[in-house]
Amino acid sequence: MAKGRSIALVVAVAVVAVAAIVWGLAQGEAAVVYSKAARICLECIGIG
Amino acid sequence: MKVRTQRLIQVAAAAVMNGYAVGFAEGKIFTGPSKAVCVPVLNCYSCPGALGACPIGALQAAFGSTGRGVPFYVLGTLLLFGILLGRLACGLLCPFGLIQDLLHRIPSPKLRVPKKIDRPLRWLKYLVLAVMVVGLPLVVAAANGYAPPFFCEFLCPAGTLEAGLPLLALDPRLQAQIGWLFNWKLAVLVAIVVLAVFIHRPFCRYLCPLGGLWGLFNRFSLVQLKWTEATCVHCEKCARACPMVVDPTKTPASAECIRCTTCTSVCPTDSLHLRIHDRGRG
Repeated sequence: MAKGRSIALVVAVAVVAVAAIVWGLAQGEAAVVYSKAARICLECIGIG
Repeated sequence: MKVRTQRLIQVAAAAVMNGYAVGFAEGKIFTGPSKAVCVPVLNCYSCPGALGACPIGALQAAFGSTGRGVPFYVLGTLLLFGILLGRLACGLLCPFGLIQDLLHRIPSPKLRVPKKIDRPLRWLKYLVLAVMVVGLPLVVAAANGYAPPFFCEFLCPAGTLEAGLPLLALDPRLQAQIGWLFNWKLAVLVAIVVLAVFIHRPFCRYLCPLGGLWGLFNRFSLVQLKWTEATCVHCEKCARACPMVVDPTKTPASAECIRCTTCTSVCPTDSLHLRIHDRGRG
């Protein structure tokens, strides 16, 4: 893959990724991740 | 990059991502705002020291509950890490990878898994990703409204080691609840630990769904392993040294390459480098 096309692909995917993150943040999805991550996940430690 | 430098980066990354020392002292987990941010490695968010969220755990939680739609935030984060780093995070940042690296340094006979067995086993991590992380949570959640985190609950040894054992050691109430599930997870962890002494990074090689996902980006990611054919003397030291059994002169962008830089450190002619995306083979 030529250098120009490779970099263009990386930039394009990165832009899509950042857009998805921003959209998700606007929908309050970070709070969903937080609510799972800020409590002890009993299933994850093999007790749930 | 020298092995010592790699180790220093791995230790620093593990310490930074699990820097909540109070958690280890008191058996609590961190609840600050950084817990809403996914880290690029398999680092259990129930680890007492964890400052961020595990991306696989977050993805399962999102797929395992109905009514939330497409999890743009988690998917975007995975896409961003993947396109920037590929599997670099496995080689240089993952705490469970570091533990396996250290276990493999224990003096013992080292095994090379025969290709006939090794090749099909490497597909297991994609099966784990497709079935346990994505498929089952989506299907079960559609039927029941909620699905358990199948990978975390039944397979993830990092969760047992980083979260289960420390929390159980610190909280007698949790000890009272130990049952068959914990014993199963402990058996998985023990199996991985024992295997890691003889085979390099067995969990990363065969089972880690995040490693499988990052590997899909290796060919396109910003960070690439660059091989310079003109200076290569074809001594094959790099291929023999590679812990993931990749020949970097043939497939520098292999999905199995964890960008650990072992090959670059043994190359006598400096023909292998980690670089920002560049023209080259692969």
